Formats: sequence, C-alpha cells, structure tokens
Amino acid sequence: MTFDELSVYVFLLASFLGLELIKKVSPLLHTPLMSLTNAISAISVVGAILVTGQANAPRLSRILGFIAVTAATINVVSGYLITDRMLKMFRKKEPRK
Amino acid sequence: MTVNILVQSSYILAAVLFILAIKWMNAPTSARRGVLAGELGMLLAVVGTLIRHEVVDYQWIFIAFFLGSAIGVPLAYLMPMTAVPQRTALSHAFGALAAALIGTAEYYQHTPHGFTMVALVIEVLLGFLTFTGSLMAFGKLQEILPQRPIVYRGQHVVNLSLLGLAVLIGLYLILHPEQTWLFPVFSGLALLFGVLLIIPIGGADMPTVIALLNSYAGLAASFMGFALDNYLLVIAGALDGSSGLILSIVMCKAMNRSFTNVLFGAFGQLQVKAGAAAERTYRSASPEEAASILDAARSVVIVPGYGMAVAQAQHKIRELYEMLTRRGVDVKFAIHPVAGRMPGHMNVLLAEADIPYDRLVEMDDINSEFAQTDVALIVGANDVTNPAARTDKTSPIYGMPILDVDRARTVMVIKRSMSPGFAGIDNPLYYMDKTLMLFGDAKVFVSAMVKEVQALAA
Repeated sequence: MTFDELSVYVFLLASFLGLELIKKVSPLLHTPLMSLTNAISAISVVGAILVTGQANAPRLSRILGFIAVTAATINVVSGYLITDRMLKMFRKKEPRK
Repeated sequence: MTVNILVQSSYILAAVLFILAIKWMNAPTSARRGVLAGELGMLLAVVGTLIRHEVVDYQWIFIAFFLGSAIGVPLAYLMPMTAVPQRTALSHAFGALAAALIGTAEYYQHTPHGFTMVALVIEVLLGFLTFTGSLMAFGKLQEILPQRPIVYRGQHVVNLSLLGLAVLIGLYLILHPEQTWLFPVFSGLALLFGVLLIIPIGGADMPTVIALLNSYAGLAASFMGFALDNYLLVIAGALDGSSGLILSIVMCKAMNRSFTNVLFGAFGQLQVKAGAAAERTYRSASPEEAASILDAARSVVIVPGYGMAVAQAQHKIRELYEMLTRRGVDVKFAIHPVAGRMPGHMNVLLAEADIPYDRLVEMDDINSEFAQTDVALIVGANDVTNPAARTDKTSPIYGMPILDVDRARTVMVIKRSMSPGFAGIDNPLYYMDKTLMLFGDAKVFVSAMVKEVQALAA
C-alpha cells in the first residue's frame, strides 16, 4: 500500500471547511449540532457494511462487522431523529394565543 | 463499470449533502433542512455501498440494520430532553466502537502495512479509548458513577505511562504488523486509558469532555477512511472532528481554562478554604414575597443552570414566564455557554418548554443589560454567577467569564440549601445585601411563585 497523499489533502480541506462552518453555528443550537455531526460520523456504517458483506468473510470479520453495523445504525437512526425532535421545539413566535 | 460510477457519484453527492447539512445548522430557521440533507446524504451513502461489487452477503447487514433501528428509534423518541447529554455520550461510544471494531477486523483479515497500518492503528486507538471514555462519561451523567472526580496519588504518571505504552506498542505494530499477539495488548491499553482518562473529571466539566469525545469519534471515522481508501469517510469524519474541536474550545474559553487543565485538573474536588468558615449572614424569602417582587419588576432575567434540569423545573418556569409577560414584565433568559452538562443544554430544555428562542440571550449580549435589570432570578446555577471569578484572585474560578447577575437591582437565588455548589466553591453572591435566597426544590418553589403571581393578578 502506498502513501495516499490525496486523502491527507482531502482531510485537511474538510477539516478547515468544518471549522469555518461550525464557527457560524449559533450557540443556541450547539446541542442539536452535536447530535447531527454525531449522526453524520456514523458514516462509518459504510466501512462496516463493506467488512460484513464481503464474500467469504472470516468469522471474526463477520462478527465484528455485524456489531459495528448495529452500533452505527443506532447512531444514524437515533441521531437524525433526535436532532429533528429537538429542532422542532425551537420556535420564535409566542406559543399559543 | 456503471455500478462503480453510480457508487462514486452517490458518495460525492453524500459528501456535498453533509457539508450543506452543517452549513444549514447555522440558524434555527434552516436547521431542519440541514437534518434532511444529512439524512439524504446518509441514505445515498448506504445505498451506494450496498450496490458495490464487494458486498455480496446481505443477510447479516440487514439483521444489523433492523436491530440498530429497533434500538435507535426508542432511544430518539423516549429519551427525555433532560437526558440528552447522556444520550450523546452513549452515541459517541457507539460510533467509536464501530470504528475500532472495523479496524480490528481489517487488521486480522489483511494485516496491512505502511500508511494503511498507520491509519488503522490511530483509528483503533482513538476508537477504543473514546468508547470506554464515553461510557464513563455516560455513567457520570446518568449518575451510575460518582460525579465527583476520582483521584489518587500518581494518577497523571499512571495515565501518561499507559498512553505512552499504548503509543509505543502502536508504533511497533506499524513497523511489524505481523506481530498479531501485540494487537490485543494494544487494544486493551486503549480501552483502559479511556476509563482512566475520564474518571478524574468532574461533572461540571462534562460539556468540554463530551465535545472532545465527539471530536475523537469523528477523527476515528476519518482514519477509518484513510485505512479503507474512502474519501467520503475522511470528509464526514473530519467535519465531525472539527465540530467537536470548536465546541470544546468554546467550552474551555467559557471556563477560562486550558484543555490540559480540564483533562488533568480534577476540577470539582471540595475546596476547603480556611478563614471562609466565619458565619456570614444572608437573607431568605418566601414564595409569596418573591412573587410580589417579580410582579412589581419591569425587567426580569432568569438564569438557568444544571439544577433546573435536575429538578425538571423548565415547564414551571415557562408558566412563570408567560404569567409575568402577561403582567407586562419583560422576561429574558441568560444562557452561560457551560450551563448544564453539554454545549447548548439549557437552550434545548427551554425550547422544549415552549419558550421562544429569541428570549434566550447569550452571555456576551446580556451582561451589559444586568445593570438595568430589576430582578435576576437564578434557578439551579451557581459557579457561572459567582462574582469571585471577577474579583477574588485566590478563587479557583478566577478569570472565568460569568453572568454579571450581581449588577441587577435585586438578585434571587433558588437553591436547596446554603451548601456549596458542585465545584465546592463558595459564592459571595449569596451574602450580598440585595440577594434573597429562595430555599427549596426549584420546581416546587417556582410553582409556588406561579400561584402567588396568579393570586396577585386576580
């Protein structure tokens, strides 16, 4: 395996973009922000699917992959749902009457 | 070939959607669109992966999808909003575990060399230490574990040598990946370090710790991307990593402390100060007296803290807010960045109680207003209102930015007793002439005040 410098560039650029974008998020929304980014980082489900679903996977890979897909799915599902549940509560107008 | 193009385009689109998701989080008006973008991105990424040639065996994947959803849906809908910090800690643990296990599986199956092995070692180290670290944070927040720091002599030496050892073994594994017997040792050290890193950290420092663990979990996903040659993972992980980093910096600044101090300071041990023992006098008031002062005020600023969350007082506070607003009182809420147990904790609780978010004012914006405020009502907050942070150089919180509640004309503090707060630091605010102590459970006291204001209105 050779050193993949392109991936390091991608990482650096994405990190700087992330820093700039997150700085603009109002502190009002820091909790939903954290649960959203947490759901996004459950993208590790991609790696987990690749390990679990490969042809003739060794038993160890299949077991660890299965746990990983489950754990990541929990994060995807609960992360997005609870973020939306929180954001629905933020309203500007006076409630009722 | 066509499949490959489809896969790559779905990954690229997913990356764009994730970036938009975070961009749209900048304001409450567009935030829900952000969630939708994130969901679409995830859907594209998952479908794009499922159609890849390498994926042939779907049985276990779908069982895991089903199992994960069966746990995830109740976790999202049944969790009370006061438990959001715990849920967040738990989800950092799940995310990190997934990364660490995939790293482990890849290692045993392919025993990679070179750059891939470097990425894999970092992925597993961050993954496992974040896994146990987040579980410890969860235990502290759920109060299964003591919230006070657990400290012992030589703790730093033990922790640093453990980490040092783990790093050395990691380096050795990078050079000699075929030494498979070392891998469990390496993983074990990472798991143990995660536990030992978090137990000396007090509950009041949890906002920083959660943000930091968030960052680690993201970085673990990013390094998985390096190891698997997948740019989408690299990007999504980097976004999460930078988000956690920014939030922890914001939290550290709001406490005027450095990362090292949060991680190794064991803040929150009971401070025993000689000389402060002298009995000082304070004034207390009944719900009736407090209610009439509130009713006579023109402007009231309510300062919520973790105690409000513990007492579940936010709904009663909304009643008080509505009642006073109807009586012509201008009511605002002052939010300190580290109030509560995670970044933005108070905002979510007050939003849940139906308080409009334009009434929630950040520290820097509200501080200039306290001098013109008739009543500052503090509900379950302590250190973030302690004027000693401005004046007393010997105080452990000296220099921490605080809400200047002591500049209001009258200060009222709802508190269970005069015992020092979580960090064990005495608060001179309570002994000021203009301060009234309102003793009792926050929820009970606020509802008593609501009744009194109602009686005044009738």
